[in-house]
Amino acid sequence: MSEGIKKVRQQPSQNEDLLFEISSPGKAGYQLPPLDVPSVDPRAALGAGNTRDAIDDFPEVSEVDVIRHFTRLSTWNYAIDLGLYPLGSCTMKYNPRINEAAARVEGMAWPHPYQPDSLSQGAMEVMAELERCLNAITGMDAVTLQPAAGAHGEFAGILLIRAYLESKGNPRKKILIPDSAHGTNPATAHMAGYQVENIASNSRGMVDTEILMKAVDDDVAALMVTNPNTLGVFEEHIADVAKILHDKGALLYMDGANMNALVGVSRPGDFGVDVMHLNLHKTFSTPHGGGGPGSGPVAVKKILEPFLPAPRLKRVGDKWEWNYNLPDAVGRVRAFYGNFGVLVRALAYIMAHGGDGLKRATLDAVLNANYLRKRLEKHYQIAYNEPSMHECVFSDDIQKKLGADTGNIAKRLIDYGFHPYTVSFPLIVHGALMIEPTETESKRELDLFADALISIAEEIEENVEFVKQSPHSTRTSKVDEVGAARKPVVRWKR
Amino acid sequence: MYPDNYRYTKEHEWVHVEAGAGTVGITDHAQHELGDIVYVELPKLGAKVEQGKAFAVVESVKAASDIYAPVTGEVIAINEALTNAPETLNADPHVGGWIAKIKLSVPEEVDRLLSPSDYQAYLGAE
Repeated sequence: MSEGIKKVRQQPSQNEDLLFEISSPGKAGYQLPPLDVPSVDPRAALGAGNTRDAIDDFPEVSEVDVIRHFTRLSTWNYAIDLGLYPLGSCTMKYNPRINEAAARVEGMAWPHPYQPDSLSQGAMEVMAELERCLNAITGMDAVTLQPAAGAHGEFAGILLIRAYLESKGNPRKKILIPDSAHGTNPATAHMAGYQVENIASNSRGMVDTEILMKAVDDDVAALMVTNPNTLGVFEEHIADVAKILHDKGALLYMDGANMNALVGVSRPGDFGVDVMHLNLHKTFSTPHGGGGPGSGPVAVKKILEPFLPAPRLKRVGDKWEWNYNLPDAVGRVRAFYGNFGVLVRALAYIMAHGGDGLKRATLDAVLNANYLRKRLEKHYQIAYNEPSMHECVFSDDIQKKLGADTGNIAKRLIDYGFHPYTVSFPLIVHGALMIEPTETESKRELDLFADALISIAEEIEENVEFVKQSPHSTRTSKVDEVGAARKPVVRWKR
Repeated sequence: MYPDNYRYTKEHEWVHVEAGAGTVGITDHAQHELGDIVYVELPKLGAKVEQGKAFAVVESVKAASDIYAPVTGEVIAINEALTNAPETLNADPHVGGWIAKIKLSVPEEVDRLLSPSDYQAYLGAE
């Protein structure tokens, strides 16, 4: 081979043809036995309007073609199993394999939602035990496991607030939301039929209690707060915030997205929260991203319990039953009982750790974030000089003066082998770099990540254009995000 | 940069009043902060808008932002060209990138808006 290696196909790590492009007429991934009943004309059976002869350009491929195509694509993904995944406010922690073992036990993996309660006692016990654990962790009184994701939990939670206030005679009109909140909060309030009013943060990045005091009146149904907030800062005056609301008959909703900073250390129920959701796919180590699926249980104080979605678990003698006789319930928010397989994984995580282990995980998550902050704050501008909890937020102020922004830094980070941090959020920080390492990471991995970011800061000083052109090592370099958003091509054409 | 005969808000909108109607848009500072704008949700013709209340939405690669009406009144024209060319808001925010025309119902509101020099002083302080 003096001419060198002749390339007949691309190396698997290079680009991948679409299924449309590898299609070959007549190929199929199935083989059916000969028809042993009289054939029927589908047009006659279904009506001509309900049938079609062929789909233009429908890919014709074999099973092995499909398996190889998607397996090759799957190797392009970055995943928590490959390294640090520092997306702030997303809590991308490792998914322990013991969770998977528990979820694959036959009785956990295969129960049918319609099988009789007498055959489902084990599964019902798992849910009851998880409810009990979540109550203990949050300091709340009752839990629904139905919501399938965080925003779904928010929506269920605000419906509970509306139902409670309606029972008092007036659902009220407004929901207050701090300007540091996740975008899902205003969307939730709006969907539940409330007007949204923004509450400006104070100079320390916290809810300004004076502004809040003026904003809370008889029209306010609730405040939706995230604690610690999206700056990674604990709302020091949260008990005062609760009192201001309660004095006017309004409620306090807590978005539990950042609960990884609190588990085993501080309980929302103890600092005045009336209703909150948890993200099992964040705090409780179930898979996050890649379709999850997620799970967003909602925990409430006694006053809201009558409104929780039906059915609810009820202990009768030594058996569990589903109780549908809940006249005040807001109704189902999801078919059956939630994403059961995810609930099993979360309970496995809680039981494998125990109370002390969960507390230790929280302290390690906070320690890791503060370690990164300490290493990085000489090179990047910390956004608010308050103690960091489980995440730290920088701004790109220093780098911006040299011509590179948070987006450029994130792209360059890909060249160093890391998934980027959360870019340009929260919105109240100019050019935010929001970094959440979680307790998963060792000092070695944290150091590799910090070294990468410090090296990028130096590159920006030496050769800003090189950083702005990154990533350099990936299959596709800078993609045209603006063009993709302005003129999206959503259909493949030959 | 900031036309003398326009008035401005602290939320970075401008209004140009002529014959009882105000043409409104976002300022050069606003488009710069938002980055490349990829989508504009225009108000409906005939919609009643209120000073300080959201009446349009612009979306950039970074974020979606409400645009607040600088004046109270009725929408009498919208810049439909922005639907297919949202980049006009970046390229020409003060003229071609106008969003809507509002027939003023409370003309004295305009007096409470910022002059070009006040707006620029505000940008400097921000």
